[in-house]
Amino acid sequence: MRVWVPGDSAAKALGADQVVAAIADAARDRGVDVEIIRNGSRGMIWLEPLVEVEIDGQRYGYGPATPEDAGAILSGGILRGDSAKSLGPVDDLDWMKRQTRLTFARVGVIDPLSLSDYEAHGGLAGLRHAATMSGAEIVREITESGLRGRGGAGFPTGIKWQTVHDADAPQKYIVCNADEGDSGTFADRMLMEGDPFTLIEGMAIAGLAVGATRGYVYLRSEYPDAIRVMRRAVEIARDAGVIGADILGSVKAFDMEIRVGAGAYVCGEETALLNSLEGKRGVVRAKPPLPALEGFLGRPTVVNNVISLATVPVIMAKGAAYYAGFGLGRSRGTVTLQIAGNVARGGLFETAFGLSLGEIVDDIAGGTASGRPVKAVQVGGPLGAYMPREKFGTAFGYEEFDAEGGLIGHAGLTVFDDRTDMLRMARFAMEFCAVESCGKCTPCRIGAVRGVETIDRIAQGDAEAAELLTDLCETMKDGSLCALGGFTPFPVMSALTHFPDDFARQKEAAE
Amino acid sequence: MSPARSAAPIEELRQIIDEHRSLEGPLLPILHAIQNAYGHIPAEARPLIADALNITEAELHGVISFYHDFRDKPAGRHVLKICRAEACQAVGGEELAAETLRKLGLDWHGTTENGALTVEPVYCLGLCACGPAAMVDDRVLGRVDAAQMDALLAEAGA
Repeated sequence: MRVWVPGDSAAKALGADQVVAAIADAARDRGVDVEIIRNGSRGMIWLEPLVEVEIDGQRYGYGPATPEDAGAILSGGILRGDSAKSLGPVDDLDWMKRQTRLTFARVGVIDPLSLSDYEAHGGLAGLRHAATMSGAEIVREITESGLRGRGGAGFPTGIKWQTVHDADAPQKYIVCNADEGDSGTFADRMLMEGDPFTLIEGMAIAGLAVGATRGYVYLRSEYPDAIRVMRRAVEIARDAGVIGADILGSVKAFDMEIRVGAGAYVCGEETALLNSLEGKRGVVRAKPPLPALEGFLGRPTVVNNVISLATVPVIMAKGAAYYAGFGLGRSRGTVTLQIAGNVARGGLFETAFGLSLGEIVDDIAGGTASGRPVKAVQVGGPLGAYMPREKFGTAFGYEEFDAEGGLIGHAGLTVFDDRTDMLRMARFAMEFCAVESCGKCTPCRIGAVRGVETIDRIAQGDAEAAELLTDLCETMKDGSLCALGGFTPFPVMSALTHFPDDFARQKEAAE
Repeated sequence: MSPARSAAPIEELRQIIDEHRSLEGPLLPILHAIQNAYGHIPAEARPLIADALNITEAELHGVISFYHDFRDKPAGRHVLKICRAEACQAVGGEELAAETLRKLGLDWHGTTENGALTVEPVYCLGLCACGPAAMVDDRVLGRVDAAQMDALLAEAGA
């Protein structure tokens, strides 16, 4: 009997390990032979721990499971509908059926550390194909797919690769930015824990494309499980010849290492990350020179986000046209929505670009967990704008969000109910920027500190301070070296603009 | 992650440094390895690292002090990290953190008098759909409520 219980951090945080222990005990007591596979999460976090059991070749779900459910799960009836927690075949659930899973096709399905499971579900097809092509051909394929950086800026991946490909240097690098520390974003973590070989395969393809033989994953220290899984996956891939001196027998080389960050948010910015990787303070570098020309150790370097690199294998396996066939306008392919915060159905939902914000929040996510009205949704992490209900018609695409004064960033959505004080959230954004500023540029280093003070003045009823705050935000936006100082005005100004009552109410209270 | 011991023999430190010095960008791996072994970066490690990597101790200090993870002295036997980021705030994370600190009579980064527990803020554990989130040593916890937090503190001996 095969049973799946996610080893994903979110499932573990909700008691998956205890469920595994209880199932193992119950199986022993009953003399049932059970193989427990620790898969990734299917992305329905509100149902975690979600246990799946194979019946007649189909995976039946049950969740959220508790250790007390172990006996009943093994007896089988409960899976076929004897309980309110019975979900039926997981692939038939509305949440799953409505998705287009390209990057996350295998996450939650396979055993993350089984290379044979990976291959059986389409893994390595992209790398095998890429190994027969020239670097220029691979770059062209990625360019034609329309893939844009999934880290926030949305820069076309193919153009970045082309620059590194064309650069002449004795050594080039692929660096994966796995330091996305934005609140409300957990796709990277889920991907690395649930399907690590996809990222490794994507990095190897990037290496072949640009002529880089070495790669690094710079991974947040806040994700100990992802670090463990990725390290093990790299060893397994190397032992199997997927990476190393002779990629899949192609006589082309690529090897990689996992490096761990040290708790500095700003290291998610690519040039700060490169400094950190080199062993320096994670201070932002001025651009130019671009990392594509002078990156890690001064060499041409591709710096891509986890999701961008993990999407490369499916593009190479199925072709640029297939991928580009999904999406909206210049936002091609799929987006991995991460639905979080005060939300009824939180989790990961991969779909083609183009759904409206309201459809995602009200329909897919089911509104708030508290049952109260949604007040605001912060899209794109701590540096993203707070979108009020009036903007729920905005379609999910880079240009569409930009036009509405927002950004999709990493596509994380954090939902807040009507009890949220938006002045407090604006203050938090400034405070966060002050704490995490690398200190290199003045608008960010000093501006954020002054921003906190100015918001406190508004809270105390100083009417002129709102204008000052607006002015300060303009300066930070225009004068900061990187997105930390440059984008903090998004949450601050969106809160001030869309929720003026929260700023005025403070004033009335003061009076 | 709890510290093995606080005094670090020079030879052991040298060995850790030597194991990593051939890496490209060896400093962070060295600092992590030393902190894993001793629970902090002991003062006696500094001249050895600076010497091995041919950097000044001032430069080294600049790196160590930049990162939230590295410590000058050992933390408590257990480290509790409570997420302060937006997604957890949306479901009562701030209140949970404030109440926990109040119960322990600590501020952020403080350690209980008996040395059992250090409390630190963390900005996102990637558990944004099941907040408020916390982490005790390497164990993650989601939807933490007051009762669960009490049990946790008792278990940690705080």
